[in-house]
Order: sequence, then C-alpha cells, then structure tokens
Amino acid sequence: MSSRPSALAAAVAVLERDLVLAARRPGEWLQPLGFFVLVTVLFPLALDPEPTRLRELAPAALWVSLLLASLLALEFLFREDARDGTLEQFALSGQSFTALLLAKTATHWILTGLPMVVAGPFAVLALGAPATAIPGVLLAVLLGSVTLSLIGAIGAGLTLGTRRGGALLSLLVLPLVMPVLVFGARATARAIAGDEMAEAILLLGSLGVLSLTLAPLAAAAAVRISME
Amino acid sequence: MNWTWLHRFGSPPYFYRFAGRWAPWFLGISIVLLLAGLYGGLVMAPVDYYQSEVYRIIYVHVPSAYLALMSYTWMALAAAIGLIWRIKVCHAIAAGCAPAGASFTAVSLITGMIWGEPTWGTWWIWDPRLVSQLFVLFFFLGYMALRSSIEDRDRADRASAVLAIVGLVNVPIVHYSVDWWNSLHQAPTLMRSDGPSMPMAMLWPLLVMIGAYTFYFVAIMLMRARAEVLRRERGGTWLREELARAA
Repeated sequence: MSSRPSALAAAVAVLERDLVLAARRPGEWLQPLGFFVLVTVLFPLALDPEPTRLRELAPAALWVSLLLASLLALEFLFREDARDGTLEQFALSGQSFTALLLAKTATHWILTGLPMVVAGPFAVLALGAPATAIPGVLLAVLLGSVTLSLIGAIGAGLTLGTRRGGALLSLLVLPLVMPVLVFGARATARAIAGDEMAEAILLLGSLGVLSLTLAPLAAAAAVRISME
Repeated sequence: MNWTWLHRFGSPPYFYRFAGRWAPWFLGISIVLLLAGLYGGLVMAPVDYYQSEVYRIIYVHVPSAYLALMSYTWMALAAAIGLIWRIKVCHAIAAGCAPAGASFTAVSLITGMIWGEPTWGTWWIWDPRLVSQLFVLFFFLGYMALRSSIEDRDRADRASAVLAIVGLVNVPIVHYSVDWWNSLHQAPTLMRSDGPSMPMAMLWPLLVMIGAYTFYFVAIMLMRARAEVLRRERGGTWLREELARAA
C-alpha cells in the first residue's frame, strides 16, 4: 500500500477537483451572483431613488442581499456530492473528514463568496456611496462572506438528509449569521460615511476566526450524521 | 464515588417510570407556588411609585424570560450528552424541552409587548434584549423544524443535537452583537452584584413565581420526554409488561 498523502495535499486535491467541476458548469455558481445583483437593484426600485435616501439604505441592501444570495448558494454546497457518493468516499478515505469538507467550503467561498466581494463595492457605488468607501466595503464583505460560508456549511450539512431543504435552511442559518449582518452593515455604514471602522471590522474578523475554528467541526459532524 | 444512580436514568424503562411518578408531583408543587406567587404579586405587593399597577406584569414576564434561556440551556446540554454518550433518553429530554422553551420565549415576548405599550409608549422597540429573545425563539423553531423534517429518528436526534450545540455557542454572540446598539430596556433589577434593587415585598412573589415556572417546566419536560420514550419504544417488551401491569 502506498503511503497516504498528507491532509493538506488531500484538501488541495479536493479544492482543485471542485474548481475544475465548477469551471465546467459555470451557470451554477454564477446564479447566486446574479441573484445578489438583482436583489440589490430591487431596493432602489422599491424605494424612491433619491441619492441621500439610497446612501442611507446601501448598507442594509448590501448585507441583506448578501445573506440571501449566500443562502441560495448553500443549496449546492454538499448536495451533488452527497447524491453521487463522493462524500462517502471522503469519509472512507482515512483523511480528516473535517479538512476535506473545509476544502469544499473554501472552494464554495471562492466560487460564490469571492464574486460577491468583487460585486459588493459596485453595488454600494450604484446606491450612491462615494468611491472612498470602496476599500472599507471590500474588506467588510471579504470578512463577512467567509463567515457566511463557514456557518452556512453547518446548515447545509444538517439539511442534507431532508427533503425540502430551502426554507428549512434559511430558518436554521439566518439566525446564526445575524451577527454578521449587524457588524457588516455597521462597517459598511461607517465606510460610506468615512468614519472610523476599525471596531466593526475587528468584530467581523473575530467572528470569522471563531467560525473558522469551530464551524468546520460542526459541519463535519452534521454531514456525517446526514450520511448515516 | 458511585455513579450508578445516574446511569439508571439512561435506561428508558427506568426513566419512563421515574417521569411517570414525579411529573404530577412537580406539577402540583408548581400550581401551589403559582397560586401563592400570583396572590403575592397581584394582591399583596405594593403599588410601584413610577409605574403604578402596570409593573405587576413583571410576575409573568420575568419568570418566562428567565425560563426561556434556562430551557434552551437544558435542551442543548441534554442534546450534547445524548450526542456524545449516545443516550436516547437524553435526546427525548431535549425534544421535550423545545416546545416548552419556545412557549416560554413567546410568552416573554408577548408580555413584554403588553408591558411596553403603557410604559415605553410602543409595542415593540429594536432593543437588544428584545431582539436576542426573538432570536432565541428562532433557534427553538429551527430546532423543532429540523427535528420534524428528518424522518429517521436517530438521525433527527443527532442532527438536532448538533444544531442545539451550535445555537448554544451562538446565543452569547447574538446577545452581544445586538447589545452593540444602545439600549432602551431598563437595566436588570434582579441580577446585580449589589443585590436586587427591589423591596422585599415586591421581590418575594417574583422569586416564588420563578420557582413555580421552573417546576412547571420540569413537569412538562418530563411528561413530553416520557411520551417521546413511549413513542420510540413502542413494541418493546418492557413497555408491554409495564402497560399490562398498569392496566
């Protein structure tokens, strides 16, 4: 028997595989991005397009759309691999299941979170924010979207075994990610106003670190239970 | 130390008998305390200088708010024990805590709104403590929704246990994140390091009411967990013997 590759090598292999698969099916991961842009556009249409009004609304519109889009993207985080037995192979591979699923979550973030990080500043600009807000918004969405993917993975794992995933997934995940919304919207509002935003960014960052340490364990446990 | 007395609770027949024996007693104690507490709170306690009679809703509001968090903690602990040591009775207890806890949370929110209208002039404010309580309700609802949407009982147990534990980690985070806003809610009166800021005549009925709610919760939780054990063990030999003996 050949020696087993290290956990890191295995995780990188999973990451590469998922990226290749995603490159062949671009529709899947572009949908949440389209959804995100569309929802952000709907806010000014629902309100009146008066610039000061819009600027006040921008953080709320950005983060609510971000939460909903990331929720939508979670649907296909594990589902396909659970259906064709890939996850079972992961569990049987002798590698750390947590590390492999974390690699999957990381790919998922690259495919759905990162495009939104890029789109976030544009959305805020469209809502009347000044260009000076761009770095702050970029940073806030970057940190926030990582947490959304990590915590979302727990919900995706828990709802794997259920028939009607969608509504249940939102009921499970949205209360858990509410702090991201609070700190993210606050950081964005500060960035738009040109205020000091260190506090909100640090809190967003600590949420990210906390979920990076704990969420993968919970997600792995959840997926394992759903596979039994 | 000998722990066998504790281990016995893990056995469904023992738990079934224990819960059947004690739940009525706890319920009885709860009713006695409830009557005493309500009489003390609604009749004997003096009128508040600032809020006049309205403050008396505290005797319903505070115990339910306290029990809401208490039952969430119990639920998560029972679920965690069930998950780690694979004790089915613990999962039944966790399942029994959820509906009781959800109703306590709902009662605390509703009585809070009724209290808020005359004192703050509004039914609902976006105050940290109100919002975190609302999120506790969402956690309970999510827990129950997940549990009911998985058909396999064992998997439902373990998946909802993971959710309960994640929720328990999240409760303080939710609390502090909403705490970040400025608070309109009055500062805590009971849990303060310099002792409660209430006169004794107002305080004792409140403590009695908290006792009544706690006993009520334990009784309901035992009854629900017992029903859950009954549902799971249907067809089991011990249960058939048990029922034959009772008949």
